Amino acid sequence: MDRIPILRMGPFLLVTIQVDMYDQLALTLQEDLTDLIARSGARGVLIDISALDLVDSFMGRMIANIAQMSRIMDARTVLTGMRPAVAITLVELGMQLPGVRTALNVDRGMELLRAELAAEAVATTGDDEWEPAPQAEPGHADDQP
Amino acid sequence: MAASGTTLSDIVKRHEADLLVDWVAALRAADARRDDLIRESELREQCREFLSLFGPAVAAGTDDVRTAAWDPVRELLAGISRSRAQQGFSPSEIASFVFSVKRPLFARLRQELGGDGGRLADEVMAATAALDQLGLYTTEVYQTSREDVIRRQQQEMMELSTPVVKLWDGVLALPMIGTLDSGRTQVVMESLLQRIVETGAEIAILDITGVPTVDTLVAQHLLKTVTAARLMGAECIISGIRPQIAQTIVHLGVDLQGVLTKASLADAFAVAMRRKGLRVVKDAGRGSDVGGRGLDRT
Amino acid sequence: MPTTSPDAARAETLSIAVEADVVRVRQAVRTRAAALGFSIVDQTKVVTAASELARNTLKHGGGGHCRVEPVTAGGRVGLRLVFEDQGPGIPDVRLALTDGYTTGGGMGLGLSGSRRLMTDFDLWSEVGKGTRVTVAKWK
Repeated sequence: MDRIPILRMGPFLLVTIQVDMYDQLALTLQEDLTDLIARSGARGVLIDISALDLVDSFMGRMIANIAQMSRIMDARTVLTGMRPAVAITLVELGMQLPGVRTALNVDRGMELLRAELAAEAVATTGDDEWEPAPQAEPGHADDQP
Repeated sequence: MAASGTTLSDIVKRHEADLLVDWVAALRAADARRDDLIRESELREQCREFLSLFGPAVAAGTDDVRTAAWDPVRELLAGISRSRAQQGFSPSEIASFVFSVKRPLFARLRQELGGDGGRLADEVMAATAALDQLGLYTTEVYQTSREDVIRRQQQEMMELSTPVVKLWDGVLALPMIGTLDSGRTQVVMESLLQRIVETGAEIAILDITGVPTVDTLVAQHLLKTVTAARLMGAECIISGIRPQIAQTIVHLGVDLQGVLTKASLADAFAVAMRRKGLRVVKDAGRGSDVGGRGLDRT
Repeated sequence: MPTTSPDAARAETLSIAVEADVVRVRQAVRTRAAALGFSIVDQTKVVTAASELARNTLKHGGGGHCRVEPVTAGGRVGLRLVFEDQGPGIPDVRLALTDGYTTGGGMGLGLSGSRRLMTDFDLWSEVGKGTRVTVAKWK
């Protein structure tokens, strides 16, 4: 059975989709990702689709679902590298993926995730009443069973 | 019919040399003022080639020039028509190239078949039928090649009229001028999104100061571009919305919520600078006004 | 009605029986659209519509086939796709074309979305007999 590999990078999970997507593959990815977020306590997910020449409504929905599910599990999702033609087509199709953060490429996507994590840490320290914010980013993913 | 085809092609073949001389002379006389456009040697070569292909085509026995037997003749004429269109000949001048072979050709027919009125009429009719169609064919080719030119120019103009410019590192601007139709908007939007990828710009300003009106379709295209850019990871700011356009947009019920709009390109640029954590400061040593707000006083 | 051009490549019929066939349809449509000289954006639109419709044929029609044929009309070049199944059919065609209407657990953008991505769109369906969706995009 085909699987899309998920890489761990510090507190983040990195997915690069480079194969022609079909529905079962998308569903498997969705399950694997939510699974791994729960197991690793990852704080962010980056999905790079710069190699995809098509995103249809099913894949679009899968991406929106992943973003929503990881949000519930306290991880944010950034979608990177969508090609112009794919973006135009998705909009025409009627999918705007609200609630999904986007970035032009993987570099910018990682910056975005790091910045958000840092901002969150500051915000938590600001009105800190019950618990100090986690300081060290690396390793944090492991401090949950 | 087959017999008549054979006679005609025989006559063309036997008289090819003197037909050529007469035809070229007729063409020169008619086109005396077009000496500037085409050299005699080139003209003679074209005529010679036509006669050498015309004979065998006629011999095939059909005067319907759309059939395969006439392929070489049509191909030759298409080439001639296209090159003459470029050289500046008018469509009727191009068609006369074919029509002017009639006089010398009929003279030869008369010379050969003079005694047989019936056959002469048959041959003249057959030749006329074919030559008339060929003449019209050159006009057709002329028209299509002109249409190609127009289409290419339209495309070029569309690209020229909407340059995507870099305002700052990571900030693109698309100043749009003139009436936007939905076709042009689409092309423009595609090139903007492409440039976003190429330059890695995270902010793009769509300036429509120079656009007199927008309709629903164009407003929706603008909106779709903003959304598509967001999906790619870039932000669009629309600037320079005139009061009339603002009214139209509201009346049309187009929802611009969630789209960042600014009154002028300068305001939009100021926003872009802020987003990038940059600001413009006045150089203490100079007196002139270079402050951000000073830009939109024009 | 556009007529099939004699020379510009013949029509090709692909069966849609399993999920991998949806990917094959997409690839075939992409190749054709590229060969006809469609822009990248138009290629993407056609392929995406094909993906939506092929999925419908598989999931709602219980499988069927897709015909891919280049067409010409009035000097314009286009690509026509016909998706056909002998499935249960669509009881309310108008409802099925509404954005957000779904029976397959998707977002309900399959039919309405592909209609927006293509130039021509025609839907025939009869309950108990099947469904045929004909779409075309012109260059």
